[in-house]
Amino acid sequence: MAPKPSRRSTGPRLAPYLFTAPAVVLYLLFTVIPVGYAIWLSLRAYRVQGGLLGRKEDVFVGVENYVAVLQDSTFLAGFGRLFVYGVIAIPLTLGLALLFALLLDVPAVRAKRFSRTAIFIPYAVPGVVAALLWGFMYLPSTSPFSFLTRAAGWGPIPFLVEPGIYGSLANIAIWGGVGFNMIIIYTSLRGIPSDIYESARLDGASERQIALRIKVPLVTPALVLTAFFSLIGTIQLYGEPATLQPMTSVISNSWVPLMAIYRDAFGTDDLPQAAAASTLLAMGTVVVSALVLRLMSGRRTRAAS
Amino acid sequence: MTATTATTATRPTGSRQSSRPRDTRRAGRRAREGGMGAIPTLVLILGAVYCLIPVVWVFTAASKSRGELFTTFTFAPGSGLWENVVAVFTYQNGQYLLWCLNSLLYSGVASVLSVLVSAMAGFALAKYAFPGRSAIFFSFLVGILIPGIVLAVPQYLLLSGVGLAGTQLSVLLPSIVSPFGIYLARVYAMAAVPQETLEAARIDGAGEWRIFRLIVLPLMLPGMVTIFLLHFIGTWNNFLLPFIMLSDQDLYPLTVGLFTLLSKGSGSPALYSVAITGAAISIIPLVALVLSLQRYWRLDLISGGVKG
Repeated sequence: MAPKPSRRSTGPRLAPYLFTAPAVVLYLLFTVIPVGYAIWLSLRAYRVQGGLLGRKEDVFVGVENYVAVLQDSTFLAGFGRLFVYGVIAIPLTLGLALLFALLLDVPAVRAKRFSRTAIFIPYAVPGVVAALLWGFMYLPSTSPFSFLTRAAGWGPIPFLVEPGIYGSLANIAIWGGVGFNMIIIYTSLRGIPSDIYESARLDGASERQIALRIKVPLVTPALVLTAFFSLIGTIQLYGEPATLQPMTSVISNSWVPLMAIYRDAFGTDDLPQAAAASTLLAMGTVVVSALVLRLMSGRRTRAAS
Repeated sequence: MTATTATTATRPTGSRQSSRPRDTRRAGRRAREGGMGAIPTLVLILGAVYCLIPVVWVFTAASKSRGELFTTFTFAPGSGLWENVVAVFTYQNGQYLLWCLNSLLYSGVASVLSVLVSAMAGFALAKYAFPGRSAIFFSFLVGILIPGIVLAVPQYLLLSGVGLAGTQLSVLLPSIVSPFGIYLARVYAMAAVPQETLEAARIDGAGEWRIFRLIVLPLMLPGMVTIFLLHFIGTWNNFLLPFIMLSDQDLYPLTVGLFTLLSKGSGSPALYSVAITGAAISIIPLVALVLSLQRYWRLDLISGGVKG
């Protein structure tokens, strides 16, 4: 801090900069510079210069790496799988979270504390550990579900082969995400003044009508937020399929985009390619989340008017 | 579902109902609420069962000896619990305990520092008007959008350039700054710190740092607990950053440790019991933390309902 005599005059003017300084410095070091470095790397490539005996040189190649990534069929296939997974996981996570939150808000419901706590518990289980738990529950030799179907003479449930693997992975995400999103939506519901419902009830609206026509529109901001987090989480999918990998042969080293990036960066040492793919993934996230926010806030204003 | 549909079907529309005598209407409502209670309760309990099944399963599986794991019905408890726990804690000379301590170290240090950094920045962004404020705030907002995991590869390259990759610092340092934490701290500071209090303290001659330490921090404490918990769990659950940064198994956090254990176990099912029991034990502390601090969660911070 500044020495005492000068503090009072410069204090309030300088203080906000000093208060934000640690955050800004760390943000520059661990976010802005890595992003800049990734973009710089993505525009370069290693080339052997000067014939057979030449040295490997680092040269500027423009958007060549981006073109290569976009033409790389394994990377594109990874995006396709991510899409299928997301289409199952996101709507189900949000739908169940909204359903549970609305049910928790129904006055006559019993055992609320138990249900709320139980549904929230998976939030405290890391994704990798969740994948490990579910992985063993999918594995034919240890699965309790396959134990039952085998006993009934139907054989094991195909959790870990195509196309069941999509549902199995989505289920891990749903299991881990429902509770947290439910609590966010529920907290938002509790913030609505209850006299709104009272007048609706006096007008003869049923609990279901109140839920659909009054509560859902009012918690739209919370829904936007949860949609947004689910989306970012989906794009970052890595740990869960990587954990299931030892249990199944259908998950390759490039099953989702991030696994392909990891392979390029540390397996085949193709850093420029990995950097270009990372940059594309980050840009994709920003664009998609901007679109979601736009779409949802557009719907909200229309619903309000 | 039958009770709901029945009441909805027989219930008259609003305008007709308002002409009915008062007491019948109230009785109808009571009946309706009674009917509405059972099905939602059932659905919620089904949801709770769904969320508890893997947890119950992992604890019963952890109690099974190696032979029982593949032969007995999976929800039947076994006889090998103690044996498995010993196997987990003696695995590679007690590496499991190191992983637990590492997870605690990384999450604990990163979240304490993160919550302080976020509180300071959030307070400044909420309560001071200064040139550059919206530029700083906007760049943090963009930071929320960038998936942290995409940063891991360039972070690794930069940190290995300065010789830090592979050390505990390489996991700790990138985990401190949290744009989302800063955003939440700003939301909370706007609601919880009255401008008049700051003005009064300034008139009394208090410096800005003193004001922050003695007035602002106590006011922001409930919000900071939530930011701390969110960050602690986020860091505890983080996988890719330590996975990329670390190569020394003794420095692994639990997530990476259990992951490598399972990858190795794919060849030898003997390690399955160790992985399952290790996963079961690893769940206990965090679930205990979340449950015991449940009433301190201020998640209205996230859903935008903070009113101070």
